[in-house]
Amino acid sequence: MGIIKDIVSPFAVWKHFFKEPVTIKDPLNRIAAPRYRGFHQNDISQCIGCGTCEAICENEAIDLVAVAQTKNGDSGLRPRVDYGRCCWCALCVDVCTTGSLKLSNAYTWVDTDGDNFRFTPGIDLKPWDSLKDGYTKAKGLELYPLERMPMQHLHAHQRDNSFIEIMKGYSKEEAMAEADRCVSCGICVAACPAHMGIPEYIKAIREDNLEKGLQIMYQTNPLVEICGRICTHKCETVCSVGHRGEPLSIRWLKRYIADQVPATDYYRVLNQDKVEKNSRKVAIVGAGPAGLSAAYYLSKLGYQITIFEKLAQAGGMMRYGIPEYRLPYDQLDKDINYILSLGVEINYNTTIGTNVTMDELHANFDIVYVATGLHEGRSTRIPGTEHANVYQAIELLRKITENKPIEVAEKIVVIGGGNVAMDITRSLARLQKQKYGKVQTIATSLETEDIMPADREEVIEAREEGAIINPGWGPREIKILNNKIQGLKVVQCISVFDENKRFNPKFDESVENFFEADMIVESIGQGMNLSFLTEKYAEQLEKDSRGRILVDTLTYQSSLPWLFFGGDIIEGPDVIHSVANGHKAAKGIDNYLNSIQK
Amino acid sequence: MNKFEKFSFDGDRTAYPNKKADGSLDIDLSSHKYIKVWQGPNHPGITGNMAVELTVCGDEVVEAKTHVGYLHRGFEKLMERRRYIQNCPLVCRVSVPEPDYNEFNYSTCVENLAGISVPDKALWLRTLALEMARLQGYLMWIGGAAGTLGFGTVGQWSNYLRDLVLDRFEELTGGRIYHIYILIGGVRNDIPVGFKQRMLDNLREIEGFMKDIRKVLFDNYVFKKRTIGLGIIEPEWIYPYGIVGPNARAAGSLNDVRKDYPYGKYSELDFEVKTSKQSDIYARAYLRYEELLTDIDLIKQILDKMPDGGEFMANIPNVFNLEIPAGETYVRSECTRGEYGYYMVSDGSGFPRRVNVRGPSYTHAVALLERMLINANIADVAQIMVSLHTYPPEIER
Repeated sequence: MGIIKDIVSPFAVWKHFFKEPVTIKDPLNRIAAPRYRGFHQNDISQCIGCGTCEAICENEAIDLVAVAQTKNGDSGLRPRVDYGRCCWCALCVDVCTTGSLKLSNAYTWVDTDGDNFRFTPGIDLKPWDSLKDGYTKAKGLELYPLERMPMQHLHAHQRDNSFIEIMKGYSKEEAMAEADRCVSCGICVAACPAHMGIPEYIKAIREDNLEKGLQIMYQTNPLVEICGRICTHKCETVCSVGHRGEPLSIRWLKRYIADQVPATDYYRVLNQDKVEKNSRKVAIVGAGPAGLSAAYYLSKLGYQITIFEKLAQAGGMMRYGIPEYRLPYDQLDKDINYILSLGVEINYNTTIGTNVTMDELHANFDIVYVATGLHEGRSTRIPGTEHANVYQAIELLRKITENKPIEVAEKIVVIGGGNVAMDITRSLARLQKQKYGKVQTIATSLETEDIMPADREEVIEAREEGAIINPGWGPREIKILNNKIQGLKVVQCISVFDENKRFNPKFDESVENFFEADMIVESIGQGMNLSFLTEKYAEQLEKDSRGRILVDTLTYQSSLPWLFFGGDIIEGPDVIHSVANGHKAAKGIDNYLNSIQK
Repeated sequence: MNKFEKFSFDGDRTAYPNKKADGSLDIDLSSHKYIKVWQGPNHPGITGNMAVELTVCGDEVVEAKTHVGYLHRGFEKLMERRRYIQNCPLVCRVSVPEPDYNEFNYSTCVENLAGISVPDKALWLRTLALEMARLQGYLMWIGGAAGTLGFGTVGQWSNYLRDLVLDRFEELTGGRIYHIYILIGGVRNDIPVGFKQRMLDNLREIEGFMKDIRKVLFDNYVFKKRTIGLGIIEPEWIYPYGIVGPNARAAGSLNDVRKDYPYGKYSELDFEVKTSKQSDIYARAYLRYEELLTDIDLIKQILDKMPDGGEFMANIPNVFNLEIPAGETYVRSECTRGEYGYYMVSDGSGFPRRVNVRGPSYTHAVALLERMLINANIADVAQIMVSLHTYPPEIER
């Protein structure tokens, strides 16, 4: 019986004879699933050519090729995919820092030329470029952490009446975790004016080899404690991780390395004993970042350096401009003392033109390097600025550093929206807190909050400390009654820059505001004072149409071959530009002297 | 003396025609009594290439030798040169028809060594992907096994059914064959909208076809006649040969990694391990058929119990810099062929020091097949081979 059943049973499926066949007649036009990993698309306007796609590709199917102009934050490279190697795993999509790369859900691609299968998505136009569906990185899938490791810092109530440093620095674990976020793309290296080896020293942190990290940093920057605290971090602005998440704390990682290596080890770590001294002499005017940077690299080359500093201590704007709560003097001294310990001679309280003349410098030194910086405050020149209680921010900051008494009124208005304005606002707020127990400082600027030149965290911290930041106003007049300042009259500022991106503020005079004050501080920028050059030399220097001294962009040599310029008077103004041009000037000086003394 | 030592490969070969005084086989090819037949390297129903060198006497096999090497790509060595994340697209190629077990084992190895804990949702999605892989693996096998005996219709049906599962894979993972869905720390994406309903529709269609396949294949007099009592795996071979999966379960073993060492979400699923006593080709085929139905039930359970939303990826360290402390781990999962293992050694660098893939096909297709083919009829060789369900790619990692 069972046998008969087994013979008959297979015939029970005759019904399939009448069913529709399941074969798909036109597989070429089959529509793939929305997530299908098809062919590459790249949004060229978003792509920054960071190369993480190239780094992750296990088949080495992706090469970066130059297609665009290199610009800030964009390497100018774009990924070219070789479909002879690609396995469509889409890890390149998952790690793409900007999210520009995706795989369309195109199913088929027929081409007669094999070379076409190596193409640059987005540049070489393809039929699937317009497809909307395809594989994109899912929300919630992150192959590297996007969130920054926060740094321990003093709370507002712990810091608002003292000049103690706010940021406490990273612990080893924190620094390791933050260093782990780096994708080593190197976009930051191009953006840094000094072109520091950022991925390399971050790698040194991951390897816990901080001495190696210090060596890498000193190759391009001898002011690492300082830059680790107050650098304007062009690197973080362009950091590729920052496109979808928070950029790496490159500045604080730099500080971590510098903080961890004791000053006593610097000489050994940086191989200073291997320097051969020569008899060439260079005079450096100004012991600011550019002068110190040039002094360091020239002394590494064996030069005899003499620095002439007008003030009582070295550091320039780093000491006399930046408040102590951002850059403590002991950390500043760590960097400066190391440079001075390399046999650099420094003359304090020495003003060129008064104590020493340019002629003497020219006669006694092979080269004179001038990096005197911007120490002259600019005035708004609105009515009332001639009043005695109207101050320049830069002068007040210098006096605070010098521990000289300054006037701290009960109500203060600061005009300016840059970092210097924030520095004086927060310094005065601290002094008000000490003197009156409360803060009544208002900072106002032309720029609205979104385009204020000050760092975002400066504005936030200033507010935490009780200062009022009220941007978007143009100062009109300082009201004075009975020779006493009543306050600042302002009108609304509509726009700061015109279509050509030139400074050309426009105001709405109908919207007025009035900030009560007993004291006004102007902080709208600084100028240079080069009167010490004397007419004799000033006339010989070539200048551009706006009266700025022309220097060679690579060597910083002026039209007088023995005279080099650097620091804020050439570019910036900030520390890292000065460090960079000081370094370049050192190389320029060396090349020049080698070329004439062969 | 334990049971492993007791077993002697040589001593078991009593069925050989003659032996010389030194114990070696007395197969004198010049006697014209024996013929060498090279079967393969392509076989119906076998995924990949693998040859069997047969020495036959009449139509009876007296010696069999498995030859591999057609697919060697050196994956284990390649893995040592790639960062941990870069191996995720590589491991799926070790076993082409069922890549997900490789992805799962590899990722779990890395997670074990690096101390990464996987979110609950990711475990559900991984279990789903693994069961879908099992389903399409069995569907492919049934077609191959039937095709070997000339039942081409079943092969066409099962390939259609497998395509339905692959459609769902395409929807879930973005790939039909190489899913690359399971990454270190979780999976790559959540379940798509409407996936559950489409999957259930597909499962219903598969179940309908399964009834027909049962009638055509398992209730078929020809199929029974060709398979019952043939290709028997003796229960005492299980441990010495390292037989796992349906091959062992059809011989009465209860080994199933899903029950013995639960991973993923199997401890929360309700299923029974199917076994059989007959241990012949029919028993193994029918066991796989039953497991296929269990799979369908499991997928339904998973889809029902799967939580909505939730993290499907852990917060993992930067994959570009991922370095794993020195250590070693062994991770196993139950694939269609049995226990699938990955052994990984890390040395503190960003690259695995050693990865060893323990695929069940190695023991089944090399040691066991050589033994089973002795005294078999040459016409039955293909069936016996297919009944072991081997994937040559995983023999040659």
